Amino acid sequence: MRFALIGQPNCGKSTLFNQVAGYKAETGNFHGTTVSFTESKVRLAGEVSHLVDLPGTYTLAGTNPAETETQRYLQSRQVDVIINVSDASHLAQGLDLTLELMALGRPMVLALNMMDEAKRIGLRMDGPGLAQELGIPVMPLIASKGQGVLSLFTKALSQSRQTGPTSMKVQIPQEDSLRHRLAGELAAKYVNQGERRLTLRDRLDDLLLHPVWGYVFMAFILYLFFQVVYGIGSSIERPVLATFNGWTDQLLQKVGGQTLGGELIFGLLQGISGGLAIALPYLVPFLFGLGLLEDIGYLPRIAFLMDGLMHRLGLHGKAIVPFILGYGCNIPAVMSTRILEERQDRFLAAALAVLVPCSARLAVVFGLVAFYLGPLWALAIYLFNILVIAFMGRLLSRLLPEETPGLIMEMPVYRIPTFKTVFGKAWFRVREFLVVAWPLLIVGSLALALLTYFNISPALNWTLRPVTWLLGLPAETGVPLIFGVLRKELSLIMLRQALGGADFSTVLTPLQMLTFTVFVVFYIPCLPTLAALRRELGTRSMLIIAGFTMIVALAAALLTHGLGSLFL
Amino acid sequence: MIIGTLLSSPVETDLKITAIDGEKNLNVKLRQYGLFIGDQVRVLRLARLGGPVLIEANGREIALGRGIAGKISVEAV
Repeated sequence: MRFALIGQPNCGKSTLFNQVAGYKAETGNFHGTTVSFTESKVRLAGEVSHLVDLPGTYTLAGTNPAETETQRYLQSRQVDVIINVSDASHLAQGLDLTLELMALGRPMVLALNMMDEAKRIGLRMDGPGLAQELGIPVMPLIASKGQGVLSLFTKALSQSRQTGPTSMKVQIPQEDSLRHRLAGELAAKYVNQGERRLTLRDRLDDLLLHPVWGYVFMAFILYLFFQVVYGIGSSIERPVLATFNGWTDQLLQKVGGQTLGGELIFGLLQGISGGLAIALPYLVPFLFGLGLLEDIGYLPRIAFLMDGLMHRLGLHGKAIVPFILGYGCNIPAVMSTRILEERQDRFLAAALAVLVPCSARLAVVFGLVAFYLGPLWALAIYLFNILVIAFMGRLLSRLLPEETPGLIMEMPVYRIPTFKTVFGKAWFRVREFLVVAWPLLIVGSLALALLTYFNISPALNWTLRPVTWLLGLPAETGVPLIFGVLRKELSLIMLRQALGGADFSTVLTPLQMLTFTVFVVFYIPCLPTLAALRRELGTRSMLIIAGFTMIVALAAALLTHGLGSLFL
Repeated sequence: MIIGTLLSSPVETDLKITAIDGEKNLNVKLRQYGLFIGDQVRVLRLARLGGPVLIEANGREIALGRGIAGKISVEAV
């Protein structure tokens, strides 16, 4: 038995999926987040069945990759029951898709989700009447609170046991605009609008989308966001780092520093403390904050405010999604370029998104520059990064042929984020760090320990000498840069190890710290990101983008080295 | 009476879409967001710096880039 959840973006489909299937799908209040579909086994009335959460789509005849994927899935596999989730307060548009789905003639149930919100803005639904006219069951649902979920699935189960095609009472026109008008009439007939109260969204948006105050609030929100992340991160980093350094010293006394065992223990502790003290303290609050902004629905507001500026990069507002996701991690950022219809937009957005410093690079920036030179220098690096991205955007968009069509984006309702979703989403990404990145960090540190013990690193450092010499960096920074391609956090952790684990300020001048960090922020994206680029755009584009980032990194670092020497 | 395009119409007034010019797939794309010729819409807000136009159509708010808004001609209801 296979159920397929299908509905328009922002109808709460993934929230329903997570209520039933436990935390598997990424949910967000910004449509286009659930890019590829997620499948999960579900126990229902004693029977184990499959539940699939398809990407949000407005129509089956969609053009952007996320929508074509849904259509391909519905027609290809054996879907026993379609559960069409629709946003109760926007029934007219939801019914458009419902009618399209009914034309497929598969067993089907319509779920009117977010009934609490519909009631709040004074809408009264005649579900039974609508069910009678459509000839399919119509069930009320509040997915975020889990109300109506069980009755929906039991109804879907009984619907699948009905033999023979569904008795189609209403005649479904083929032609789009006729079907649209029918959906509008049905919605008007079965939904009556109480008095139209000014919703929270209208009042809030007067402020947050105001031509002047909107930008002030956006700057303040982003500034607050960074301060909280930096505050939490550094307050955890100092004590944890201190305790680890204490243990390392004690252990090394017992075992003796120069032996193989000593080097390996040193490497092991560096790797573990690297994850605990440097990466995690910044990663967790960052992802949590990003999840909050996503769930509340503030991200599309940023896209609205930034669209004008984005045009100067040759992109439109919706391309802001990969940028903002990129600050968390470049992998979901590259994947989310799928919501852009034109291939050229996808290439340009991906090429620029990988220049966006991810949370791993954030750990390097905060761990090195902010910690030793102060948060203002860290902010300067981020502003410099944005300027470089803007310049590269203009340059690249001039080289690429056609003009981008422009923004079409839905502005979702503000939602009070549910802790479960935000925590689940942050955990979903942190787990990836714990399961993949941290072990890699530890293995990388052990490998470096072996390299230093058998002193092979000088040979490796030599291979990167031209770059490190050009940037005025000590030769030992070669190996950390090489390992940084594995995971970005590795570059800082292994730098500390390569320079003898002491306090950075004793081994690096402020200018060197700045140049190293700028280079790390821009240079070749990490391996998993390259894999995502290959999946989204093909090998050739991946190689072009990788080469592009190396050139940008060298240029930016050289500029920093030159200009920096004036100030530092 | 014809007002012009979404770009040039006053804010907070009820409008009806009369035509969508521009290449064919713009029409298809707008239809995917539930915007059809004959639909009633209202312009809510215009962003600064050449930013998008925010309109309300059958209960939903949709942001349209200036280029696109300029291709949708409307008349007052």
